Amino acid sequence: MTTASTAPWLLVTASIAATYVWRGAGVYCATRIDPQGRLFAWVTCVSYALLAGLIARMIVLPVGTLSSTPLIDRLLAVGLSFAVYYFGRRRPLRAVLSGVVVFILISALRDAMG
Amino acid sequence: MRLIMSTGQPIGIRFPLIVVPPAKLNGTASTITARSVRRQAWRDASGLPSLVLLTSMTGFGALARDSELGLGWAWLATAGIWGLPGQLAMVELYVSGTGLAAIAVAVGLANARFLPMAVSFMPLLATGLRRPLWLWLLVQLMSINSWAGSLRAFPTVPIALRRNYYVAFAGQCLLAGLLGTGLGYMGAAALPDSVTLGLIFLNPVFFAIILAGTPHRPGQVALLAGALIGPPLFWVNPDWGLLLTGVVGGTMAFLLTGSSSAGSRA
Repeated sequence: MTTASTAPWLLVTASIAATYVWRGAGVYCATRIDPQGRLFAWVTCVSYALLAGLIARMIVLPVGTLSSTPLIDRLLAVGLSFAVYYFGRRRPLRAVLSGVVVFILISALRDAMG
Repeated sequence: MRLIMSTGQPIGIRFPLIVVPPAKLNGTASTITARSVRRQAWRDASGLPSLVLLTSMTGFGALARDSELGLGWAWLATAGIWGLPGQLAMVELYVSGTGLAAIAVAVGLANARFLPMAVSFMPLLATGLRRPLWLWLLVQLMSINSWAGSLRAFPTVPIALRRNYYVAFAGQCLLAGLLGTGLGYMGAAALPDSVTLGLIFLNPVFFAIILAGTPHRPGQVALLAGALIGPPLFWVNPDWGLLLTGVVGGTMAFLLTGSSSAGSRA
């Protein structure tokens, strides 16, 4: 049961607005920035670092269901994906699936062993 | 064109799991048309990107139903917020009875990455655009998927056709996301626990691999910096740690690689 007091339309509208603020601010800045310039290069670096941080967090410190799995399983699986990617021929599909399938197998094994 | 069929398709829906390296755009520059670019974008998006969106938004759909948020609202949230961390924050705080202002701030913080992403991406779509107003609409389609996928493909897409590529790629992603939201809401995800975990895990692993494939050298350094300092900073401060990671890691990468590399991309 929910104890929510906010009306759904207000909740969703406010959340959309709170997200679009960043998108809109990005467009506003983007139209005033030189794509060949240093500021653009710096913001691109910030984007990459931010996304890497977000993804690393999802793997190392996940919230929700994933947090019930041992860290070592997650690190092993993602390590395998990177190994397949770099030592194979940089095929994303193959790399991602091998890591995820191994992760599923380890989780199933742990389940089976109780 | 290379066609790779998955051996272990994790869900029952048959997806054309085709991964075409963007460099293999058929034909020379003179034969690349808006139509061929769109078709290429659909092909690129129809593999892992669609699968990842389908499965991750299934999780959001299921959560929305558990939270007694209507399916229409869940769909509107997916299309309107179009950023999973913010969507999850919205639903989780809604259930916990948090006030509207606090929810909006949390959702905003969880999706703040869209600011630097838009700044570093939208100029690439602006070339030759007669009405810059379109950018305000195009930015709504931006997600990690369409951002990374487009940046990957843009070196082989003529500048004038990049908007076509982006809209086709991102549009396909949005459809997969909406489909996933609906499937999750209707409880299609009755899978063994280990498989469910694997599908959730698919999300970060996919993004890690896709980003690792960036040809942009300062970007590679920034990725490494962000991945290393991200978790500790998040652990210290869950609200601001991520933004700090972007600024600190990005600045480190920018200084380390030197500004001479500015404009060397796309």
